Amino acid sequence: MATKAVTPRPAPARAAPARRGGFLRTSNGKKAVMAVTGAVLVLFLVAHMLGNLKVFAGAEGFNSYAAWLRTVGEPAVPGRTLLTLAEIGLLAAVGLHMWAAVSLARRAARARPVKYAARRRSRADGYVVRTMRYGGVIIALFVVWHLLDLTFGTVNPGGAAATPYERVVQGFAPARWWVTSFYLVAMAMVGLHLRHGLWSAFQTLGLARGRRRRALNVLAAAFSAVLVLGFVSVPLAVMIGVVK
Amino acid sequence: MNLTLKVWRQNGPADGGRMVTYKVEDVSPDMSFLEMLDVLNERLTLEGDDPVAFDHDCREGICGMCGMVINGVAHGEQRATTTCQLHMRHFEDGATITIEPWRAAPFPVVKDLVVDRGSFDRIIQAGGFISVPAGSAPDAHSMPVKKEDADDAFDAATCIGCGACVAACPNGSASLFTAAKITHLGLLPQGQPERDSRVVAMVEQMDLEGFGGCTNTGECTAVCPKGIPLDAIAQMNADYLKAAR
Repeated sequence: MATKAVTPRPAPARAAPARRGGFLRTSNGKKAVMAVTGAVLVLFLVAHMLGNLKVFAGAEGFNSYAAWLRTVGEPAVPGRTLLTLAEIGLLAAVGLHMWAAVSLARRAARARPVKYAARRRSRADGYVVRTMRYGGVIIALFVVWHLLDLTFGTVNPGGAAATPYERVVQGFAPARWWVTSFYLVAMAMVGLHLRHGLWSAFQTLGLARGRRRRALNVLAAAFSAVLVLGFVSVPLAVMIGVVK
Repeated sequence: MNLTLKVWRQNGPADGGRMVTYKVEDVSPDMSFLEMLDVLNERLTLEGDDPVAFDHDCREGICGMCGMVINGVAHGEQRATTTCQLHMRHFEDGATITIEPWRAAPFPVVKDLVVDRGSFDRIIQAGGFISVPAGSAPDAHSMPVKKEDADDAFDAATCIGCGACVAACPNGSASLFTAAKITHLGLLPQGQPERDSRVVAMVEQMDLEGFGGCTNTGECTAVCPKGIPLDAIAQMNADYLKAAR
């Protein structure tokens, strides 16, 4: 009786070295880019929100904080160095975040060319998730307006010559209620975006598992709520005259 | 029970397809969803019409063959249930039920409600296995496995590859399916030698097949008849980032 020859299987190949740009071409790579750049932007938002609260310390406190941002690091580095570096970093993060989002959204559209006839009903917590893509667009448009308003002063009644404090007070004056409303809507979008985005980033980076997922989910909701309340407190305070 | 069905009819891959309305009468609430379709098909056959094609095999919820999107939900509203185990008592008399195939570019429609899930097979072929010389089964205690790992690996191994996760995902992503196999093999000692190459190859194949990316919506796990948790996808993501570094 002939025994069947046993051919040893070749040794399993080790993970092939990622092709040039290979990592960024995979959906998982793009998700990782989305998560990391999102985390950078969240850290910025925390600093931004805390900085905004300086407005309650009065004109001097707020204006000197704004000036400090431009002089921090002096004389070790020339003025505005750290601020410029932060701006470049943020711009890169926003660009990569949007690139990953557009790329993944297009991949998703290609993956389902024929839609369902019945309205596909969400079986999970679907509402927040559905706001991610259009919410992101609203936030991007808001950022453009926001920069023209309070950074460059182009669309601010105070103009470029006004101090930061004056721009805030004049920009959110009761007569400009429509600007304030836009800010509030945009902040609500930021809150929803972070509600899903925060824990989603942990999931994408493989850090949300088991009991930790539930904790992260609660944390994401609480964190988003606190951040949004911090942000909206400033325009609301100006509108009702607490800050003037 | 009397029901109105709106069923996707498509003669073949090249056909455009359309929704067709049928009345089905005298349906017993104790029938399974597939048995209800059998009643329709018997009538269509007697009338000389083409019966509605749908995949099915074991009809006891373990083979992964059946599956259709019922009223916009993969496998229907009943949680953790395959279509064959869904019973008509969960529907109201006189109801209108919409029945569609899984919708995803990597799942082309073969006929009516039958889709080609060969893309899943190719993801498994890319790395969803372990290469060991198969002899007689080893003694159960020869290689200790932590209880938690054994449980998680077993939970992941219950995936029947039905494709409901892809059908439910707004992005048409196969992440839950792929992650289930990666978790199943990656948590066990036998899966370690190929752990890195497996995740890289399977994720790459998943992309090549044209599945969408995961946006952590959780729709997949909500419709999964085996309740594969999102933890599996976190495991896949962690393994992928570690291997691709």
